[in-house]
Order: sequence, then structure tokens, then C-alpha cells
Amino acid sequence: MKNKYSVFSLIKNALSQHENWQQAWGNPEPKKEYDAIIVGGGGHGLATAYYLAKKHNLKNIAVLEKGWIGGGNTGRNTTIIRSNYLWDASAGLYDHALKLWENLSQELNYNVMFSQRGVMNLAHNLQDVRDLKRRTHANRLNGIDAVWLNTEEVKKFCPIINTSPDIRYPVLGGTLQRRAGTARHDAVAWGYARGASDMGVDIIQNCEVKGIKRNGDKVEGIETTKGFIKTNKIGVVAAGHSSVIANMAGLKLPLESKPLQALVSEPVKPIIDTVVMSNAVHAYVSQSDKGELVIGAGTDSYVSYTQRGSHNIVEETLKAILELYPIFSRMKMLRQWGGIVDICPDASPIISKTNIKGLYFNCGWGTGGFKATPGSGDLFAHTIANDEPHKLNAAFNLNRFVSGDLVDEHGAAAVAH
Amino acid sequence: MFLINCPFCGDRDQSEFSSGGEAHIVRPKQPTELSDDEWAEYLFMRKNIKGIQFERWNHVHGCRKWFNVVRDTSNDKILSVYKMGEKPPVNYK
Repeated sequence: MKNKYSVFSLIKNALSQHENWQQAWGNPEPKKEYDAIIVGGGGHGLATAYYLAKKHNLKNIAVLEKGWIGGGNTGRNTTIIRSNYLWDASAGLYDHALKLWENLSQELNYNVMFSQRGVMNLAHNLQDVRDLKRRTHANRLNGIDAVWLNTEEVKKFCPIINTSPDIRYPVLGGTLQRRAGTARHDAVAWGYARGASDMGVDIIQNCEVKGIKRNGDKVEGIETTKGFIKTNKIGVVAAGHSSVIANMAGLKLPLESKPLQALVSEPVKPIIDTVVMSNAVHAYVSQSDKGELVIGAGTDSYVSYTQRGSHNIVEETLKAILELYPIFSRMKMLRQWGGIVDICPDASPIISKTNIKGLYFNCGWGTGGFKATPGSGDLFAHTIANDEPHKLNAAFNLNRFVSGDLVDEHGAAAVAH
Repeated sequence: MFLINCPFCGDRDQSEFSSGGEAHIVRPKQPTELSDDEWAEYLFMRKNIKGIQFERWNHVHGCRKWFNVVRDTSNDKILSVYKMGEKPPVNYK
């Protein structure tokens, strides 16, 4: 690391009024040719470039970002990190990511503020109880920490939850993953950008992809707003816009892009020291280090690229939040926003080769991609470098929609998609 | 959030409707003849267009009838509404 951050660098820079900090990543113009180009400068894309440079010894790499890095879904999610998925393939994938999170600040020499404050998933009806207990057992068989809490234990763990049996959807219990938690979303993008840039990766912002040049069944380069760039390996990590890029290459994906909303409240003193998610009523809440409540709402039911979302979705979520946490009834919401999420029919991601040589897709993360950022980047880098998937992402290939070997996390994931 | 002009009921709030996704995907006439690739194409693959998209909607909290809509997914503007079985308007690509 060229400019390692430490207590000494902090003191040194304090003496010069913090005016001499080095730029954390470069701002180069694109070269004519790269060994690999990553399309999309979000957390997943930057992590991919970082691991390509670090573990696979590829140095001539560019990341193209049409806006600014981390300005898409990386900057719009509710920062929840957990790995308590039902199926073996998902458990392997998400727990790989969680293990990387645990050491990420040290790895990147950048504080990603990973906080293992626990994630609790509530059950509101008998089917929820059965499903969540089953998931707890499946998690433990896969070596993932998970416990079942009854209603009293839920109340003890998070006292502000209304556990009265008289509410519309009473709390019948819940699961808890203590290793789960949150991280600072921007820091993840910035930390990976700094690490990648340090190893010679060109991070090119304000550079939109306009076309993918193919020669028969292989890729030759990318048309961008900054001109044509030659390459024979393209990794697309464009989240909600994956289908738009795929269409440029003449490929169709099993995705639908929909707005997903979140909102934050005015900042208050610490009141909730964990993350609580509720599938049945679709409300989840945590508190940021600034003191804002971070609330996740649902997706709209229709395809849209508007980055807004509908008012009725927010209204339903807030109704549920107020029933579960009456203490929040007089809080003011400060900001609301939407991000475009690409949802797969089986609610599992795609980290895969395609039938076009040199074109790789990492997409379909739907409503829950943030938690997987380090793992996704690591496995996608492996897939691009070796032209073969790693064993942890082999199940998440594009061909599963033909073979029928789906990883159906729709009902099985901890929150509705 | 937008209004949809149901061909049977008139302008109503979008929350009264449910989206049926991409329109004009024809159900296979002879399912037993289909290859795995063709099944994947029919069941899962979608254009997912950013721009003008042809789609189906159901007025689920109203007349419960299905119809087609031409909508720009980049700004949610509805350009045309037409009934099931009618030919899609030709002035949109």
C-alpha cells in the first residue's frame, strides 16, 4: 500500500491541517487496450477488479463506471450482512463473503466499519415458525451460526419490539445470526477502489458503455462515451442495468429490474443495537452510526428503471414498522430513495460465463447483493481469470435456467423478494 | 407511482393493478416438442427493456380483467393501452 493509513499518518496529517492527504484512487483516461474490463464501478465490480489484480496477477485492468463509483445500489442499500440462507449452495456463497467481511478492514487498510451486531428474523405465523426453524437447522448443518428465539427471548434481545399477542401479526419467535451485522456501504466501494488503484487498476468514472463489439462468438472490445476500448475479457457487474448491457451483446438474461426503496429517519440516540428483519410484514430496521433509523421497504411489482419507487410501498412498510415499534411513531423520516435491483426467477444470483467467449456476468443479486460484495468479487475474479467457476459459484451459472437446477431461495431466504 | 387507464374502468391508481410482465410471449403450442433451451427462453428469459416495453397488466383490485400497456420503463410514462388479443400499436418499436 503506497500510502498506508495508520495512527501515525493521522497524526502527521493532523499537523498539516489535513490538507495533504493523498488522493485515494487515480482518475486516469482509458488506455486503448486492457486484459480485462469490468463494467460497473459498484462494490461488486471494484471487488472483482481488486481480486483479479491481487490473486490472479492480472494488472492491466479497467473498471468502467457510467456515474461515480459506489453511486448505484452500493450507495442505496440498507447495509445488512448475513449468511443464514437455506440451501447449501447459497450458504457456501454467502458465508464465504461473511468470512471475508470479518477481515476486510485489515485486508484493505480501510475501515469498512463492519459491525457484527447480529441480525434477527421475526416469525409472525405458524408457517414462518416452521420455515425459520427449518432454516436454523439447515444453517447449523452448514456450520453457520443460527439460533431460534422464542417470543420472550426476542423481547429480551430487542426490548423495543412490541411482542403483544394482540397486534395484527404477533411475534411468535425469531432466528438470530450473531455473526451477521452491517458495514459502511461507501467505505466498501472506496476501500476496494483504493486497493485496486494501488495495484494499477484504472478506475474510469463518467464513462458509459454504449456497445459490446463481438466477432462471432467472442468479444473484441467495448464502445464507450470515451471511445472504443479493446479487450477480450469483459466482466459485467451492472446490477439493475445488466439486461441493458446483455442486450448490447445480443444476449437475453432471466432478469427483471425493479425499484427497491429504503429510507432513513432523523438521527436519534442509540435505541436499537441490532438488525431486525421481518419477512411476513416486510419491514426491516437498524440504526446507523450517525443515529438514523435505516428502514428497508419492498420492491415495486413492475419493471422500472426510475430509481424512485411507489409511495404505497413505503406506506405499507411504515405501517408494519409502527405496529412492531410503537416507540417510533413520532419520528420524522429524512430521506427516501430507490435503487434498481435485478431479480432472478429463483432469487439467487448469476456469477457465470456466457455462451459468448470472454463475456462474463455477475448479476441477479436482486434485493440482497450488498452482503455478498467481497465474496462476489472474489468468485467472479476467479471465474474471469480461469474461464471456469470456483466451486462456490458453480451452482450459480446461467445454464441452471436451462437445466432446471435452480437455487430456489424465494421462500427460503430470510426476507421476501 | 402512476395512473393506469384501464380500458374497462378508466384512470385508476397503479396500486389497484398487478403487473403481468412482458407481453406477447406466446405459450408453446406443442409443449412436448420443446427443447430445454426453448423452455428456458419461454419461462425465464426476458427483454427487461430500459425504454419502451410492451407489458400485461391485470386490474386485480377492480374489474380483474387483463389488458396490454405500452410503457417507457425509464420514466414510467404510459404511451398506449390496448385490449388482450388486439394487435400491438405499430408506432412503437
